[in-house]
Amino acid sequence: MDRRKFVTKLSFLLVPGGVIGTFLKNASARAAELYNPSKHYYGMGIQVNKCIGCGRCVEACKEENAVPKDPFYFRTWVERYLIKKDGTCTVQNIDGRISGSVETGNEKEIMRSFFVPKLCNQCDNPPCVQVCPVGATFKTEDGVVLVDDNRCIGCRYCIQACPYGARYLDPERETADKCTFCYHRITKGMLPACVEVCPTQARIFGDVRSSASPLTRFKRMNKLHVLKPSLNTEPKVAYSDLDGEVR
Amino acid sequence: MRTPFHKIPDSLIRILVVFVILVGLALLLRFLLPSSLKDRPTFVAATVEREMAKPVRYAGSNVCADCHEEFNLKKTGYHRNLSCETCHGAARDHAENPTEAKPTMPRLREFCVRCHTYNASRPTGFPQINPASHNPLKPCIVCHNPHDPKPLTVPHECGACHAEIERTKSFSPHVQLACATCHNVPEQHKVSPRVITATIPGEREFCGKCHAKDSQVKETPKIDLATHGEKYLCWQCHYPHMPEVD
Repeated sequence: MDRRKFVTKLSFLLVPGGVIGTFLKNASARAAELYNPSKHYYGMGIQVNKCIGCGRCVEACKEENAVPKDPFYFRTWVERYLIKKDGTCTVQNIDGRISGSVETGNEKEIMRSFFVPKLCNQCDNPPCVQVCPVGATFKTEDGVVLVDDNRCIGCRYCIQACPYGARYLDPERETADKCTFCYHRITKGMLPACVEVCPTQARIFGDVRSSASPLTRFKRMNKLHVLKPSLNTEPKVAYSDLDGEVR
Repeated sequence: MRTPFHKIPDSLIRILVVFVILVGLALLLRFLLPSSLKDRPTFVAATVEREMAKPVRYAGSNVCADCHEEFNLKKTGYHRNLSCETCHGAARDHAENPTEAKPTMPRLREFCVRCHTYNASRPTGFPQINPASHNPLKPCIVCHNPHDPKPLTVPHECGACHAEIERTKSFSPHVQLACATCHNVPEQHKVSPRVITATIPGEREFCGKCHAKDSQVKETPKIDLATHGEKYLCWQCHYPHMPEVD
């Protein structure tokens, strides 16, 4: 094969290859743009009866979202309720076993006991958004409450205002931070990290508007409750089998 | 020397100077500040974009099935609903670069025990053990395959169907009692369990055989059947598979 023939044949390969390559590149760029927030409205369901308090969700959340490992910073956490026969109720944070294992004490004194996973409720009527003096926190079109950490001045008003204690001040950036339902995952069609790793399916994630989904089925088949309904925050995290002692 | 300004009061000029500086600053800010800090829709969009661009660390279990056969083994076992990354940790790096980055492989007893230690707060029926008495110091994976965990001896008696009750009973003072001690189980119950049912004790005197104050059985909590609990049957207050005693 002489050089001319070789170049001619090569050009037959290269030109369509280049065209296809450009097309592929455009396609992947379009896939990222394809996400349409107006088509989604996210919510979560939590089956209290299924939680075994293993704390894998807490660990996975910290890993996925680079939350500081110290036991004061949580985007999601698990509470253990211990209601004794004398009526006292103690609540303990299962922090992914950072502070060691949980002791039960004398079992004969227990009336009932259970674990309750908690996270930002992504309220439809979020108090944190109302109080932010610089408008750094807002509700997205798909119903997730986010924080703009460039705009946040770290005044802690939102941390005070959240009735669920779901926010914390990032110790490095000195800005407010909170659960985003793993926004970077759900917009790619993945599950939030806590839902992904939960071994007992205690957490169910989905679109509140979809007609058939695990979340919709959960909502149809269970008696549901939200945390602190009297505050009219309209949480999008629904609990089944929730005890009245849970605040 | 008379300047055109000499009639303007000195104080006014100073106010003007301050005013000019303020306007200058405002103009400077207008052009220097990025639009993402001034315009709400812009900064909202910028935040959403930044949030979406954050790195994913958990790959999601569907990715694992492409290469790993264990995925199929797991599909039918009790761990079928567990995500691979529940035990193996975040594996996005491994999915993208399988030879370089390796996920964790927990082999120690401490790992399994985090979910499977008996804890009163755990839901009834969840498989739990007492690590102090359940083959102490032996790693769990010696006997149980984590991708398809089973009890070593497959339950073929009552526990095959009533596993939850059997596990609950294993922690109760009644652990030594066989099911047949209290239940009369016809052989046909194993064939058509809903048509031919096992019996349940129907009267207080049955429990009284061990727990009445004149019972000959030793070391059981004793009560006076005549005064204790009035009209109620024993199981209306005490769950026989895990009797609560004060």
